[in-house]
Amino acid sequence: MTTSLLEAVQVSKRFGQNQVLKSVSLSVGRGEVVCLLGPSGSGKTTLLRCLNHLERPDEGFVRVGDEVLGYRQAGGVLRETSERDIARQRRSTGMVFQQFNLFAHRTAIENVMEGPTQVKGVDRARARQRAGALLDHVGLSEKHNAYPNQLSGGQQQRVAIARAMAMEPDVLLFDEPTSALDPELVLEVLETMKSLALEGATMVVVTHEIGFAREVADRVVFMADGQILEEGEPSSVIDAPEHPRVKEFLSRVL
Amino acid sequence: MDAATSALMAGDTKIGNRVPTAEDLLRMPVHRRRRLARRTVPIVALVVIAATVVSFLGNEALEWSTVGRYLFDQQILDGLGMTVTLAVISMAVGLVLACIVAAMRLSGILIVRGMGAVFVWFFRGVPLLVLLVVTFNIGLLYPNIVVGLPFYEPLVSLRTSDLISPRVCAVVAFSLYEAAYGSEVVRSSLMSVPTGQREAGAAIGMTSSKVFRRIVFPQGMRIATPLLANQFIQMTKNTSIVAYIAVPDLLYSAQSVYSRTFEIIPLLLVVTIWYLVLVALLTIAQSYLERRFGAHERPRRTNPLRKQKAISHGSAA
Ligand SMILES: Nc1ncnc2c1ncn2[C@@H]1O[C@H](COP(=O)(O)OP(=O)(O)OP(=O)(O)O)[C@@H](O)[C@H]1O
Ligand SMILES: [Mg+2]
Repeated sequence: MTTSLLEAVQVSKRFGQNQVLKSVSLSVGRGEVVCLLGPSGSGKTTLLRCLNHLERPDEGFVRVGDEVLGYRQAGGVLRETSERDIARQRRSTGMVFQQFNLFAHRTAIENVMEGPTQVKGVDRARARQRAGALLDHVGLSEKHNAYPNQLSGGQQQRVAIARAMAMEPDVLLFDEPTSALDPELVLEVLETMKSLALEGATMVVVTHEIGFAREVADRVVFMADGQILEEGEPSSVIDAPEHPRVKEFLSRVL
Repeated sequence: MDAATSALMAGDTKIGNRVPTAEDLLRMPVHRRRRLARRTVPIVALVVIAATVVSFLGNEALEWSTVGRYLFDQQILDGLGMTVTLAVISMAVGLVLACIVAAMRLSGILIVRGMGAVFVWFFRGVPLLVLLVVTFNIGLLYPNIVVGLPFYEPLVSLRTSDLISPRVCAVVAFSLYEAAYGSEVVRSSLMSVPTGQREAGAAIGMTSSKVFRRIVFPQGMRIATPLLANQFIQMTKNTSIVAYIAVPDLLYSAQSVYSRTFEIIPLLLVVTIWYLVLVALLTIAQSYLERRFGAHERPRRTNPLRKQKAISHGSAA
């Protein structure tokens, strides 16, 4: 049996009285593309944020590779680890946000270079060269020196994807990467993501783009009320759902 | 016929009771509205300015020749130097304290946050002049400054008044005052950097101190710069109250001249001119800093106002 690359083990999260995640377990294999679907408020973003420890689970664990996020294993004991250690653990995941969150005071290429130079200690010349290549790769060869507010939403999101890739993470996490975009810009971002998937990247994608999920995902996970209701191949979950909640949701969005 | 069409037809379109076609619109002569205010206001303004200047220059009491004589007088220049020194040192010390107090107010530890809040409340609450006079008289509160362990013979004991000159008092009072106001500027500027920026930094594996240095601080500075420049301008002018405790700043030097010569108005004019020069220099520095920190905020594409102008030129041609 092969061990998965990323695994969430019975993750629970509460905000005040609101139980947002109820013992969610999920595992993602290397090279796998998993799409998370579900109604608004079902906890998709929260789960994704637990996967890189932007949110600390109240109970349960997240393992990426051989690291348990937020903990250090020693002699069969899990000890809560330091903030510096968590920062190091986060390098194995890259995240693309719904609102892009590009560093507003840095140009496109500086955004992409920031992680390699500041976190990995790559020298600037090398980092610049690689960042340039990544920007070319996502179709932004003209925009290296543009500031975020000089870019369209679709361009900003592609810079954000390049920024996440620059850290060479094991897993890329996407939180509704196209839902802040105008319809004609959605396609360029989805195309970029599709080519990443074809190149073998491991991806967890929260999305409302059913077409993308059907075409690109290896597995679709449907969440509602902080629980996973159904998961499986896109053809079964999207086209022949079993759970009535899933059926109802899909009949409304399709 | 719908309501909109009939409303249009009721209006005077100069082609009778017909809705104008596209060709009509392009053929019709256009009468631009006369913007009367654009012509008259400048004329009125010029008259007012001229009258002011004439009355000013013509006023015998101003004694322009006396002004010219004292503008670069050594005593006045020394005073100017004192004013600048006080303002710069107080601002520098004040800003360092402001950052510490801001950090305290953003602390996760309740008592630290509380101490920061009390500091701001106190030094923002006490009027600056009162604060200055209290600091000046601190010797009455603590006559001696003692270094040593409690219950033992002091190692060092100094008279407070020897240690703290009026100038030091002034710097202490101004710095504390600046720290209180500046900390609020720093705190609110840092808080106005969106959380998404911090999260993006964390997500690429930055520690929170790196996130602060590389992302939050530079963006916060952009917001804080004009506000802090404003503080600096205020500070520069506020230092004039040291005349109260006989520190020879710009105002005090002028006062000591006119108490001898009775050339009150010309010397006050000299003082005014120098303060205005200082503020002008600070304003230039401010706009330089704003441009430097704000490179990423250059307007995207064209300025809409400029665009509108270009269109109206086009149709006039
Ligand atoms: N920081 C927070 N504090 C309090 N409540 C929160 C916080 N973040 C999320 N929640 C709550 O948790 C629930 C799940 O939110 P989450 O953002 O994970 O949903 P989602 O499935 O991503 O929804 P959407 O599709 O609208 O993005 C919501 O009820 C939300 O109000
Ligand atoms: Mg969400």
